[in-house]
Amino acid sequence: METAHIYVMGSAYLGAGIAIGLGAIGAAVGEGFCAGFASRASARRPQASSDVVRNMLVGQAVAESAGIFALVIAVLLIFLDHHIGETTAKSAALIGAGACMGFGAIGSGVGSGFPAAGACEGLARQPKMAGSLTTNMLIGSAVCQTPAIFSMVVAFMLMFLDFSKAPVSPTWAALLGAGFSTGLAAIGSGVGGGMAAGASTQGIARQPLTLGATTTAMLVGQAVAQTPAIFGLLVSFILMFKTFPESSTLTASFALLSAGLCMGFGGIGPGIGNGMTAEGAVTWVSRSSEATGVLTRTMLVGQAVAQSTAIYAMVIALVLIFVV
Amino acid sequence: MAVGIEGADIVRAAALLGAGIAMGLGAIGPGVGEGFAAGKACEAIGRNPQEAGLLTRTMLVGQAVSESTGIYSLVVALLLIFVV
Repeated sequence: METAHIYVMGSAYLGAGIAIGLGAIGAAVGEGFCAGFASRASARRPQASSDVVRNMLVGQAVAESAGIFALVIAVLLIFLDHHIGETTAKSAALIGAGACMGFGAIGSGVGSGFPAAGACEGLARQPKMAGSLTTNMLIGSAVCQTPAIFSMVVAFMLMFLDFSKAPVSPTWAALLGAGFSTGLAAIGSGVGGGMAAGASTQGIARQPLTLGATTTAMLVGQAVAQTPAIFGLLVSFILMFKTFPESSTLTASFALLSAGLCMGFGGIGPGIGNGMTAEGAVTWVSRSSEATGVLTRTMLVGQAVAQSTAIYAMVIALVLIFVV
Repeated sequence: MAVGIEGADIVRAAALLGAGIAMGLGAIGPGVGEGFAAGKACEAIGRNPQEAGLLTRTMLVGQAVSESTGIYSLVVALLLIFVV
């Protein structure tokens, strides 16, 4: 095996380990959380336990998908023959792909567990609402999966795009940064989206009549909670598709790596914070639906402020890419 | 001469990496904290919708204080990029 091939395959194996190692965290936590609530719900109302278990399995299957995305990326990294493009840039791209998918699956896996747990608990409280609860859970957890899907898209691009035309330095750093940006930022959005959805499933079990208002509030809250992941995706795309002039200095490379890390880490907190805000608002929309207007307004104002640090992180990332 | 240029390059690269890490990690706390404040404000408004104005004002003041460490991170990141 020639040296260049050894480096690329070595990076692919490293990326595969990172992808499934980190990617297994979220789905397992989310599913365990759901199973805990399902046990409690079955204990509270044993005659509803078959519905509860069925709902638990459906909810866990959705939470599992984040782990399955990571498995797919890991298997592809191991078995594909990655001999395209210049060695250093391709190696960095493959490690970036693994990190992107691994980190990106954490939030969605944990987040999807919240609506599944809420629906199991709700089934014991309101067995007649089984259909609405499962539907609401599926909508909520599907939105939770979007950050993991963003991460998978970026991981696929890093694996399959041909970066051999671009100058090795600083492209390697840009590709590694692209992986970190979407992957890390997806953690917050996944967890945050899940908190909103969990409040929604619990809320409609308590107050079945507010199904429409509660679902709407959940979707608005989740949409705002997704923004940090979208910022992360934007920075990743810029890092992947902008052509950087060749430069052998460390400065040029580290500026791009730093941009990816900045946006990635910076997206975690605002994503979770937006989810906490949405959780509070959705819970109270379901309990006092006449306050829906003022609650939605307060939620959006609160989320806008919580979003500010993600915007600072994006500004610094863009300065690092375009100004430095 | 060559050594001097290399050294300056390493210092500059480290400053830029530090800027990204400062702003990235520094953004986590305010994001979570402000979101928590806003969630509790929503809860309070749900319990007592008549006090929405007062509660929104309190939420915004609390968030502004919580924002301060995010602004410190931003300032440090900008210093590392443009001044150091």
